Amino acid sequence: MLRSSQPLTGPNRKRCREDEMLLGTVLDEGERGFIIDTRSAQAAKQARMTGGGTEPKSFYPQWRRLHRPLERGRPLQESFTKLVEACNDTSINMDRWLSRLESCRWLSHVKAALSTACLAAQCLDREEANVLVHGAEGTDTTLLVTALAQVILDPSCRTLTGFQGLLEREWIEAGHPFHLRCARSAYSHARLKQEAPLFLLFLDCMWQLSRQFPFSLEFSERLLLTLFDNAYASAYGTFLCNNEKERRVGREVGTALCLCKVKESTHSLWAWLNQPGEKQQYLNPLYSHNALVIWPSVEPQSIQLWQGLFFRWIRSSQYLDEAWAEIQRLVEGS
Amino acid sequence: VENVWLLDRLSSRKAALGTLYLTATHVIFAENGSETRKETWVLHSQISSIEKQATTATGCPLLIRCKNFQVIQLVIPQERDCHDVYISLIRLARPVKYEELYCFSFNPKLDKEEREQGWKLVDLNEEYNRMGIPNNYWQISDVNRDYGVCDSYPTEVYVPKSATAHIIVGSSKFRSRRRFPALSYYCKDNNASICRSSQPLSGFSARCLEDEQMLQAIRKANPGSDFIYVVDTRPKLNAMANRAAGKGYENEDNYSNIKFQFIGIENIHVMRNSLQKMLEVCELKSPSMSDFLWGLENSGWLKHIKAIMDAGIFIAKAVAEEGVSVLVHCSDGWDRTAQVCSVASLLLDPYYRTMKGFMVLIEKDWVSFGHKFNHRYGNLDGDPKEISPVIDQFIECVWQLMEQFPCAFEFNERFLIHIQHHIYSCQFGNFLCNSQKERRELRIQERTYSLWAHLWKNRADYLNPLYRSHHSQTQGALYPQMAPCNFLYKFWSGMYNRFEKGLHPRQSVTDYLMAVKEETQQLEEELEVLAERLENLQKSQLNDNKVKSMQQDRSKHLGLSTSNNSLANTPQEYSSDLKSFPSRSPSQGDEEDSALILTQDNLKSSDPDLSANSDQESGVEDLSCRSPSGGGCLPSEDSGKDSDEAVFLA
Repeated sequence: MLRSSQPLTGPNRKRCREDEMLLGTVLDEGERGFIIDTRSAQAAKQARMTGGGTEPKSFYPQWRRLHRPLERGRPLQESFTKLVEACNDTSINMDRWLSRLESCRWLSHVKAALSTACLAAQCLDREEANVLVHGAEGTDTTLLVTALAQVILDPSCRTLTGFQGLLEREWIEAGHPFHLRCARSAYSHARLKQEAPLFLLFLDCMWQLSRQFPFSLEFSERLLLTLFDNAYASAYGTFLCNNEKERRVGREVGTALCLCKVKESTHSLWAWLNQPGEKQQYLNPLYSHNALVIWPSVEPQSIQLWQGLFFRWIRSSQYLDEAWAEIQRLVEGS
Repeated sequence: VENVWLLDRLSSRKAALGTLYLTATHVIFAENGSETRKETWVLHSQISSIEKQATTATGCPLLIRCKNFQVIQLVIPQERDCHDVYISLIRLARPVKYEELYCFSFNPKLDKEEREQGWKLVDLNEEYNRMGIPNNYWQISDVNRDYGVCDSYPTEVYVPKSATAHIIVGSSKFRSRRRFPALSYYCKDNNASICRSSQPLSGFSARCLEDEQMLQAIRKANPGSDFIYVVDTRPKLNAMANRAAGKGYENEDNYSNIKFQFIGIENIHVMRNSLQKMLEVCELKSPSMSDFLWGLENSGWLKHIKAIMDAGIFIAKAVAEEGVSVLVHCSDGWDRTAQVCSVASLLLDPYYRTMKGFMVLIEKDWVSFGHKFNHRYGNLDGDPKEISPVIDQFIECVWQLMEQFPCAFEFNERFLIHIQHHIYSCQFGNFLCNSQKERRELRIQERTYSLWAHLWKNRADYLNPLYRSHHSQTQGALYPQMAPCNFLYKFWSGMYNRFEKGLHPRQSVTDYLMAVKEETQQLEEELEVLAERLENLQKSQLNDNKVKSMQQDRSKHLGLSTSNNSLANTPQEYSSDLKSFPSRSPSQGDEEDSALILTQDNLKSSDPDLSANSDQESGVEDLSCRSPSGGGCLPSEDSGKDSDEAVFLA
């Protein structure tokens, strides 16, 4: 599975032999590959007007392109904000709750993300074909798809350390702009242009997987909530800045150069989480290594609202916590 | 009929070819030549509707919808055969006599004494004794011993000490269907009670001294409070409309010391339509999130569930927190009243959250108090307007509570699903007819078997591993959050999509934890035994070698095998776009994804679909009832190699 950003085909259908060759290196003679473009066909076409575009069939004959539009940017942030508002609205009647939930569209985004990730996984696992995933910038929906696909396919990504490795690889090092995307969250009126909850969407999809495969993830919901918290505000440097360059070399703030030197000046979230004393609370007591691919159901009935996150401060989790404590007790007793 | 196709609703590629059989009690589809000889059995009683669809190139489609929400799509090659099957099923699914029902031919091979014992498992007298009755305030009355006062009530009713026979009879004449106020639940901690009745025949201005005395008697039976609540579970408008027909509700001016309260729960017709709409949503092919949420909201189903729950909470709080008695009624006092009283009892008393207690609760508030099982669930062919999912809603309320309070119930979701299944299956005699009187006339207990005995025998399958009788969740009353809590009500896909295996988590946490619990128990017992032996040996001063070898044996046992990793699943249809690509040949093998094989470990022997299968005497001639894998009656189960895995790509 490969990832990239969009090719700069532009309105004049530019071509780039090196790019074609690069993609050609992964395919054998006569083999076919899939390109999963996370923009709609129309959006991808329109991108040409501003210098972007898609891989033209004539230049990339061995690749079949599939469009799976995934929401990103401002509309996704709006969806998130509306959902949080709806969850906090004590005046909604049962009569109108579901339509209100639907109008936020958040669950539709979860469904779309999981479906696309499954599609990528299917190409690899069932078709044994290579896949290239990209959207526009390659920093948002692209990473959502590649990261989820790996969790679906690869049991080592479902262990605590494997998952941390996945996050480092597919989100942090891959350059998801955390600083821009996880800025003020849902309550802010600032409506920042670059803010969008892609990472939260990823965590929500992870939670759906944990619900559908309760034995297959080594970590618990608590880890997902902790990651959510730390992406927005953290005592650790793991989610700082927007990419490796900024973390190492620094970034321009106005006319000054801000030297972040993240690795020298901050502590790593992983180091803290992995301490024997801390680790315990992030583990799933039901975990047992599952070597197989896990295919989630993306039917609407199978996708639920992540109560643990969206109602975290609204309803008591006491009874569910007691249930988990009981599960822990039963499993440890054996 | 041979060469019939059974289609899978979720994925059109999973079609099975086989033979369709119609027997006196079941419809059976047997798959051709598959390694596991998979069979699908459906009781005629379960059939809710049959739809003949337009003939296509492959044949005539026939859609069978069941009361337990199973949907079976068949395609029969010849139109003539299809028509015959259709006509036959229509007749078979609409019996006219009770004797046609399965419970009269079902034979679990128990002797007469065992059958009797089965019926005695739940004893309501014992239950009222457990509550603390009879006592200074409540007594048992035999005024209805020949059903002379109210033919839909039981022979034994519990009434306040100060309610004489005269008062009871007088009150019954002032109540719809003569269903006078009687005791449903008594709280011995504070003497508050829940009583139930039907609506008073008050019209606009009618009064009845005895009925007013009856309510006073209820109030007096609780010295801790100087008033009682009267809860009418209908919407106010409906209740008011009833007044024009000479019925209605209690006027606070006429009845001293009552506080009257409406808690609007819609009627049986609204509920029937609501379920219908929800099932239509379930039948949508590849719905979007929008389709689903809109459809679910339009059905109003969860709103109704919440209304019933809210009513139950109100009553539970009145009894436990305020110490005030409550009289509940609706129109006839056998639908919404039953729902609300049983929910309230469940919230108040942890006994009803045990397996035995739950059986008792259903016997008390549903069976003995004359809920019209026959009319509501169509044992016999009757008026379609009487059909309504009343007890289904109650069962769902229990499930919603189980989701909110996972440690509070001794039983699990499977228990609820099997009970619902058997309410419609008519395999046992508990839920036949409309009243105790009718059941006694038919001598049900002598001619059929009790479901409770059957469930009790298999109780290991129905336990909730998280239940501990001394847990905080299992003591005292349960109070679900009332508001804001819309989100707490979830769609119960385990019930309404029960047969669509692809939708559910493949790995059952409940079953795993039960296995863990059992093994832990066994190990602990073994440890005790070994520790004892060790002591004895040490006492008798044997040499060290023997001691060492025992310790080695012990450590071997302690690893719990979680070998259910071999449960693989298969991807659903995420995309139709991969069609034009050449697929891998199926023979390249899918070893790692070899789907769930039906083994004895995976199947629960108590599953009703299996128990129906295992009856030798149900009138099946040429089929041997036991298929090697233990039944395989769960439709759309992935069995064997999923060899046309990649078909959808072709």
